[in-house]
Amino acid sequence: MKNTNAAILELSNVGIGLPLGADRQWAVRDVSLTILPQQTLCLVGESGSGKSVIAQAIMGILPSALPLKEGKIKLLGKDIPKQRSPNFNLLRSVKMGMVFQDAVASLNPIKKVGHQLEEILLVHGVSRKERKSRVLKMLSAVLLPNPESAYRSYPHEMSGGQAQRIVIAGALLLNPSLLIADEPTTALDVTTQAEILELITKLKIEFNTSVLFITHDFGVVSEVGDQIAVMKDGKILEQGSVKNVLKNPQNEYTRSLLKAANLDTSKKKLKETEEILKADNISLTYKKGFFFNQTKFKAVQKVSLSLTAGSTLAVVGESGSGKSSLAKCLLRLEKTNSGKIYYRGKDITDLKGAHLKNFRSKVQVVLQDPFGALDPRFKIIDAIAEGPIIHGSSWNEANSRAIEMLSLVGLTPQSAERYPQEFSGGQRQRICIARALIMRPEVLIADEAVSALDVSIQVKILDLFEDLQKRLGFAMIFITHDLHVAAAISDSVIVMKDGRVVESGQTSSVFMNPQAKYTKMLISSAPGYQGGEVL
Amino acid sequence: MTGFILSKLLRAFITLLLTVSLVFIFIRFSGDPAAAMAPPDAPQEVIDQYAEKLGLDKPLWVQYTNYLGQIFRGDFGHSVDSGRSSVSLFLDRLPATLYLGGFSLLIALTVGISLGTVAALNRGNFLDRGVMAFSVFAFAMPNFLFGLAVILIGALGFQTYLGGQGASISWVGVLPPALTLGLASTGSYARFSRSSLLETINKPFLLAAEARGISRTRRLIFHAMPNAAIPLVTLIGLSLGGLIAGSVVTEQVFAWPGVGQLLVRSVATRDIATVQFIVLAIAGTMVVANLLVDFLYLIIDPRIRVQ
Repeated sequence: MKNTNAAILELSNVGIGLPLGADRQWAVRDVSLTILPQQTLCLVGESGSGKSVIAQAIMGILPSALPLKEGKIKLLGKDIPKQRSPNFNLLRSVKMGMVFQDAVASLNPIKKVGHQLEEILLVHGVSRKERKSRVLKMLSAVLLPNPESAYRSYPHEMSGGQAQRIVIAGALLLNPSLLIADEPTTALDVTTQAEILELITKLKIEFNTSVLFITHDFGVVSEVGDQIAVMKDGKILEQGSVKNVLKNPQNEYTRSLLKAANLDTSKKKLKETEEILKADNISLTYKKGFFFNQTKFKAVQKVSLSLTAGSTLAVVGESGSGKSSLAKCLLRLEKTNSGKIYYRGKDITDLKGAHLKNFRSKVQVVLQDPFGALDPRFKIIDAIAEGPIIHGSSWNEANSRAIEMLSLVGLTPQSAERYPQEFSGGQRQRICIARALIMRPEVLIADEAVSALDVSIQVKILDLFEDLQKRLGFAMIFITHDLHVAAAISDSVIVMKDGRVVESGQTSSVFMNPQAKYTKMLISSAPGYQGGEVL
Repeated sequence: MTGFILSKLLRAFITLLLTVSLVFIFIRFSGDPAAAMAPPDAPQEVIDQYAEKLGLDKPLWVQYTNYLGQIFRGDFGHSVDSGRSSVSLFLDRLPATLYLGGFSLLIALTVGISLGTVAALNRGNFLDRGVMAFSVFAFAMPNFLFGLAVILIGALGFQTYLGGQGASISWVGVLPPALTLGLASTGSYARFSRSSLLETINKPFLLAAEARGISRTRRLIFHAMPNAAIPLVTLIGLSLGGLIAGSVVTEQVFAWPGVGQLLVRSVATRDIATVQFIVLAIAGTMVVANLLVDFLYLIIDPRIRVQ
């Protein structure tokens, strides 16, 4: 019997320790939360804020390095034991279900998903006959178009969205009182994200469950949340109803996060200057395999674009749209199959040898993952100075310019002698930018350069790009899946889908008045979008 | 799918053709076969007679096509020593080698994988360290040395001679050489299964399985182990491929009447037809074993099927 007023979940003064030698003593401390029946509580914070640790503590899957030291967690009025306990886990999994960020990775890759879902019923003693019919019923409840074929599929045969539906089906299979969703849509494209959010809202009513929704995205909060708690460095800074907090945030940090989530195209206007980089109908096809099982994949199909000096062009699209392949073509890292690329009016499509090397110094790149982009055995100064040295600078000159670049991107000269591991993600991205700009490029290509960063760091790095562009005057191609980022930084934009350009134009006109059906859908599925205004 | 199978078969065929050609080239370059076959002090005319009889006076490419033709017809030549066909000599010895190799593989698999599993589940404590130390010892130990040590221990400690049962193959007699042969691969199986299992245990789907209420034992047996076994299949394939070639040294040490011993003897007596066939058989088993592994992957890893 569910008492309508009693809390489903209650956390009082929860403190979870960190191992010795971590940057702080507590992963989270003094966390008190209450989730009422049929309510969705959104736990919002950036990475390292401790929000996922709370989910793991509630679910009883905390790693042993992070002990639950203080406070109480009550589920349906009963205390949850502090240690990992096998017996209690079985009980707990009846009352709570959990959904993870990477759905495909949270399924066993070599077992059919139907069997994996049945296993949940099996360990809870449901008879063989009943298992299959309950799983199929659940698969249609999560709106998979063909439950029978989904039942027989392997995880890798599904898209991220379909796999997330499977995981949600698994979490709700035992009709739990609480669904914990840990960044369930972060790894998904915007359009899929919108569908999954809608699904969670629908199932919450259908299954009469409460939801603890963990996210970093205020757009998502405004779509699904009833209550919100904002976390930073293991503490709750602000909590209340979503309406109040989003309209009238009390805390400075909440305000800064909200500001970062706005779709603002007012800053920029296209300047008419000379064309610096131009692509004319370029195509790129990848071939895979050997003799009989060769397959072709058309990554880029007849794409044209034009970049004027000092301006910024955003390339927007979902994963698999060919935007990174396009960047590789423009950087001459992949050989195009047809079409021409011009740099300052000169055909560079087939450039070789010294001419190609010269061109490379003019067009630089900043990549998505700041952790993978730096060689862990190179000191910062060596990483930055490597480019000029290869292009003929003396060692001394390159080093002194590298120090200059460090201060230009907002790092201290003392950083020069340190290794990449000693820096945070945002700082590393600054190093990568310094490494690109030391070549004095005329074009900077940024491939999802802020996607791996937290929102508040994103804002700072975007500001840095803009500031440096004003000072140094390079042109930028900014590749992103995030419409907010594209709106904030670009003068013009091209929208890509399946390797083709579906729409292009000035950023403000494309976003305010999209023409292509796909662009319209992309904009309307951005979380938090309500008729013309985001948030 | 059929494309995958066809391309694998084509590759196997090309590899075999290359091996056959390389064997031809090496044997031609290692000296004049006619001189090798003739008695050591034979005059030049006798050698020339041999050459004519064997077709060695013809141009090289004619010799090569003749050689290929013979091989495709299944004619691998005759031993000069005994006059028997090299194939029948090989087949006589094959059961003994397979018995020894199969036994040692069985030891390596069961002991190695169990040790690896124990080590992975006790990561970082003394059991893990002990297993890892053993595995380093196991594949650092040369089998001619370990074999001699086994014989010595048997003789001094148990008054039993383990160094060879002559031509008989017996269940007790196979143990000492099988242990010797299996020691090195026991070490690599232990190490490999430990790291594979550790990697799998830390995958998100096992955490997700725990959250779904699935017990630790069930997670280990139904989820972690099948996934961890996938990379092991490649290693098993290599072991199967090396079944004939791997036991040459061990067979010598224990006087085991297998193919390895035949190979050593044939090399010593310059019995070219037999050496040639054994080399081809070794290459052939390697190719077939790799082919089997490729097809086995289709069955155990659904992700391969779509590629």
